[in-house]
Amino acid sequence: MKIGVLCSLIRKEEKLLLDEFRRRNIEFIRIDDRELILDLHHRAWDFDVILERCINHSRALHTLKYLNDCGVKTVNTYEVASTCGDKLLTTLALIRDGVPTPKVYVAYTPEAALQAIERLGYPVVLKPAVGSWGRLLSKVNDRDAAETLLEHKETLGSYHHSTYYIQEYVEKRGRDIRSFVVGDETICAIYRTSQHWITNTARGGIASNCPVTPELHEISVGAAKAVGGGIVAIDIFETPQGLTVNEVNYTMEFRNSIDTTGVDIPAKVVEYVIEVGQR
Amino acid sequence: MALCTECEAEVPVEPTTEVGEIIQCPDCGMDLEVVSMDPPELAPAPEEEEDWGE
Repeated sequence: MKIGVLCSLIRKEEKLLLDEFRRRNIEFIRIDDRELILDLHHRAWDFDVILERCINHSRALHTLKYLNDCGVKTVNTYEVASTCGDKLLTTLALIRDGVPTPKVYVAYTPEAALQAIERLGYPVVLKPAVGSWGRLLSKVNDRDAAETLLEHKETLGSYHHSTYYIQEYVEKRGRDIRSFVVGDETICAIYRTSQHWITNTARGGIASNCPVTPELHEISVGAAKAVGGGIVAIDIFETPQGLTVNEVNYTMEFRNSIDTTGVDIPAKVVEYVIEVGQR
Repeated sequence: MALCTECEAEVPVEPTTEVGEIIQCPDCGMDLEVVSMDPPELAPAPEEEEDWGE
């Protein structure tokens, strides 16, 4: 089997995955996206499967589209990367498939965004539609903050900050859940606990094991299927009405979740990649 | 060992290090990317870009 690993910088996750391939004596070819020159008319790629682990969303997106159009199987697919890479598209996919997710308004001008914020009611969370690691998330508590933030975004933001993704603020009592889905299986989950309303582990959230209940499994796999399946990490809020999906990540980071859960996540990922390559 | 591009301190590079890994200079704290393992060679780590993430 010919396996490719598309990446650039090697995070802890990529290192663990490459080590897992080696441990199983599975040969792979590293494809550094910084060195890629894609001849779009060239369609013959001799790979059974390529594992995408780019740190840049835009490079992942374009390369996956090209590879999938060439008939190369990838983990994840372009469809998954495209949907998960844009919070608006993720929310639409979740709503379409009936997966619980917080209320979201989208607006394209500061004036409409302010109206949307007031209609939703303070506090709200304003997010860039494209972005990760909790960057540039804003909890907007009142009209003064809303007006200031919208003016700043209009003046300082690049064009994609002019799509205002406004999400209802969910009181999560200091923690949320991240579940990890590989194929049809919720392999494990963690609580992310923080005094800050942003609980990303990249922002200091502390990971602890979260048991995978039938309810958590159902919503996790439902969210994964809504965005196109594969290997994804689901961010979930606990509410009095039940679990609700905040976001879905397609190039998941898991360094804090292996010892925490006792699940060999790199092994699960590699097994899935091989399975896809054999299809 | 490889030299830090910032302070020229000797930075230990483990044999299991991957090209593309980010390591830190123990002297000045600079983030460095391993750009070669034979011989070990370092470059300043790239700055975080807007579309980086998971």
